Amino acid sequence: MIPELGHFALIVALLLALTQGILPIVGAHRGNAAFMAVARPAAQAQFAFVALAFGCLAYAFLTNDFSVENVARNSFSQLPEIYRFTATWGSHEGSLLLWALILGVWTTAVTVFSKHLPDDMAARVIGVMGLISSGFLAFLLATSNPFLRLVPAAAEGNDMNPLLQDPGMVVHPPMLYMGYVGFSVAFAFAIAALLSGKLDAAWARWSRPWTTVAWTFLTVGIALGSWWAYYELGWGGWWFWDPTENASFMPWLAGTALIHSLAVTEKRGAFKSWTVLLAIAAFSLSLLGTFLVRSGVLSSVHAFATDPARGVFILGFLGVVIGGSLLLYAWRAPRLMAGGPFTWFSRESLLLANNVLLIAAMGSVLLGTLYPLFIDALNMGKISVGPPYFNAVFVPLITPALFLVGIGPLARWKQASLPALAQRLKWAFVVALATAALLPLTLKGFSFTASLGLFLVLWIVFTVAIGFADRVQHGEGGLGARLKALPRAFWGMQLAHFGLAVAVCGATVVSHFQADRDVRMNIGDYVELAGYRFTFQGATPVPGPNYQAMRGRVEVSRGGQKQFVLEPEKRSYNASGMPMTEAAIHYNLLRDVYVSLGEPLANGAWSVRVYYKPFVDWLWLGGLFLALGGVLAASDRRYRIALKKAAPPAPATAAGGAKA
Amino acid sequence: MKSRHKKLLAIGLAVAGLAIVAALVLNAFQSNLVFFFSPSQVAAGEAPSGRAFRIGGLVEAGSLRREADGLTVHFVVTDTAKTIPVTYKGILPDLFKEGKGTVAEGTLGADGVFTATQVLAKHDENYMPPEAAHALEQAQKAQKTVVPQ
Repeated sequence: MIPELGHFALIVALLLALTQGILPIVGAHRGNAAFMAVARPAAQAQFAFVALAFGCLAYAFLTNDFSVENVARNSFSQLPEIYRFTATWGSHEGSLLLWALILGVWTTAVTVFSKHLPDDMAARVIGVMGLISSGFLAFLLATSNPFLRLVPAAAEGNDMNPLLQDPGMVVHPPMLYMGYVGFSVAFAFAIAALLSGKLDAAWARWSRPWTTVAWTFLTVGIALGSWWAYYELGWGGWWFWDPTENASFMPWLAGTALIHSLAVTEKRGAFKSWTVLLAIAAFSLSLLGTFLVRSGVLSSVHAFATDPARGVFILGFLGVVIGGSLLLYAWRAPRLMAGGPFTWFSRESLLLANNVLLIAAMGSVLLGTLYPLFIDALNMGKISVGPPYFNAVFVPLITPALFLVGIGPLARWKQASLPALAQRLKWAFVVALATAALLPLTLKGFSFTASLGLFLVLWIVFTVAIGFADRVQHGEGGLGARLKALPRAFWGMQLAHFGLAVAVCGATVVSHFQADRDVRMNIGDYVELAGYRFTFQGATPVPGPNYQAMRGRVEVSRGGQKQFVLEPEKRSYNASGMPMTEAAIHYNLLRDVYVSLGEPLANGAWSVRVYYKPFVDWLWLGGLFLALGGVLAASDRRYRIALKKAAPPAPATAAGGAKA
Repeated sequence: MKSRHKKLLAIGLAVAGLAIVAALVLNAFQSNLVFFFSPSQVAAGEAPSGRAFRIGGLVEAGSLRREADGLTVHFVVTDTAKTIPVTYKGILPDLFKEGKGTVAEGTLGADGVFTATQVLAKHDENYMPPEAAHALEQAQKAQKTVVPQ
C-alpha cells in the first residue's frame, strides 16, 4: 500500500507543480493578483507531496520491501540501516526523486524568504521553479517510476554497490544536489527578470544570496566527493578529471563567474545581460551534469542502466530549458540598459577578465568532456580524453585568474590606478616570487609548476592580508573592534580567496612531493618511503556486518621509533561477492600516510600499495574555507535587513512590472 | 570610458580569450587524445606504434599469470576473434577478473605484446566497459556467428 501511496503522491505533486508553474506566471503577466497568490501555497503543497513520496520510498527501503523493484535491485536485508536509507537515492529513480525533493526545499525556502519581493517578481520566480519541477516529476512518472512493483516479489535484494556503502553516501549526494538545484533559484530569478523586463541592481541583490548559498553547497559537495574518492577508491587520487567530476565542476566554474558578475551588477549596475546569461549557463550546466551522470551516457560509479527513453526525455528537457531561456534572452536582453561606465583598469574590468577566464576554463572542460561522446555518437571511433589534456588546458587558463584574485579586491570600482596599485603590491609580488622560486630548491630541486603554484598561493595570502590592513587602517577602536566592524561580505570574500590559496597549496605540494610504491610484501617485510618504514605483519580474516574482510596490519615507524599501525582491508561482500579495497590512512595536516591492500599472493604475502601524501588535506581544508566564506557572504547584514523590512513593496514597481 | 569602448573592450577580451583557449585545446588534443582499438583492429595493424592507445575486450579465461615479484602480471585480452597478450606491472583493480571485460591503456611493442600503463577500474561487477562491449560486438558482427558469453 505504501509504495502506491508514494506513486499517488507523485502524481498529485506533478499536478500541483503545473499549477504552480502556469497560474502565477500568467497572473504576473496579466496583473491578476489572485493567480499570483496561488504561487506560494501551490509550491508548499507540492513540496509536501514530494516529501511524502520520498518518505514512502525511504520506508520501502528501510522495511526491506523487496516487492518494489527499485528496492530489490539496490538494497539488501543485511545492509546496515543507515545504508538502507541512503540506498533511497542510490538508484537512478531515487536520485531523481531526491532532485525533485531538494528542488522542493529550495522552492519552499523562496516562498518563505521572498516576502520583500514585489508580488509579480515572487510569482514569476516561484512559477519558473514550478515549471522545472513539472519537468522532473513528469520525467520520474513517465520513465523512472521508483515505485514499480515486482511480481512475484524478490526474496532478497541485489545489494547496494559496496563503494556506496560509506558515510560519504549520506552527505555527498544531498550536498551536491543542494548545489545543482540551488542554481535553479538564480536561474528562476534571471528568467523572471527577463519576463518582466526589470533587470536592475535590486534584482542582483535579491539573486545574490541565493546564488552564494547554492555555490556554497556545491563547493562542499565537490570537496566531499573528492575526499570520498581519495579514501574509498584505494589509490590515493583526489581528482581524476573523470567526466562525472567534470559534470559537477562545470556548474561550479560558471557559478563562481556568476557570483563575481552579480557583484558588479549589484554595485555598479553593469554586466546585466552577461549576468543573466551566466545564471542560465550555471543552471543549464547543472542539468547537463545530471543528464551526463544519471543517464548512463558516461560509465562510472554514478551511472545506472541505460534506457534510451530516459536519454531522449532528458535531452528534450535540456533542449526546452536551454533553448527556451536563450530565446527569451535573445528577445529581451537587447532592451537592457547599459550600467555605469568604467575604465580599462578598474574592479569591473578585472572582474570581467576573471569571468572570461573562468568561462574559458569551463569551456575547455566542457569540450574535453563532450568531445568523446560526440565522436562516439557520430560513429567515428572511440577515444578518451584524460587528465593530461585537462591539465594542459585548465592550468594555463586558471593561472591568470588566480593571479587576478590578488588584484581585483584591491582595485577601485570605476577607475583604478595601475601605478598606485603596483606600488602597493610590489613587495608582496617580489617576496612571493622569491620565496616560491627558492623553496622547491631546498626540498626536491627546481620545478617550474611547483614554483608557479607556490607563487600564486603566497601572492593570494599576501594580498588578502593587505586587503585587511587597508580596511582596518582607519576607524574607531582597537584592531579587534575594527576587524569586527568589517562587513561579513568582506570577511566572506577574503576567507574564500584564502581558502582558494589553501587548496592550491595542497594541490601543488601533493602533486610535486608525493611518493608511492607498489610492493610485494611477505610477513615481516618492510618498505621505506619518504622517511617512513612500513612493516607488513600479515593479514587476518575479520567478519563484517554484510561482508568478509581480510585485515592487514602495517606498522609504520620513523627514525626507529614506532609511530602508528595502519589496518587496511580487502572486503568481499556477501550479496554480490564483489571485492573492495578499504584503505587505511593516518591523517595529519602536514602529510597523510596511506596504505591499501592489493591482492593476496602465496604464503600470506600480499601486494601492497603505500603512499606518502604531503599537504593533501589542505585541498579539502581549502574547500571548507571557501564554503565558510560563502556562508559569511550570504549572511551579510544588508540581506538580513532586506528580509526584516519585508514590508509591502512600492506599488509602482509591481504595476510597472506586471505590464511589461 | 564610453559604452561603445566598453563593448569593444569586452568583445576584444572575449576574442582574445577564445583564441587562447582554441590554441591550448588544439595543442592539448593533438598530443593527449587516446584512441581505442579492439583486438581485431590491432591484429589488422590499425593501431599506431609508439603512441599510447587503449584496448578492450574480455580477459581470456586461464590467461592470467603472475611473476614471482607478485606485481608483474600477464594476461590475454580477446574480442573472441583475435587476442592480444598484455603485461602490466602494478596492482590490478578490484574487479579485474578472468572472463570479465577490461580496458587497458599502454603501447604496443614490436613483439606484439601490449605493455599497459593503466588497467581501468570498473565500479560495478555487472558493468561492462562500453569500449569492451563495443569490441566484442564488432568482432561478433565480423564473424557472423553468435558467440556465447
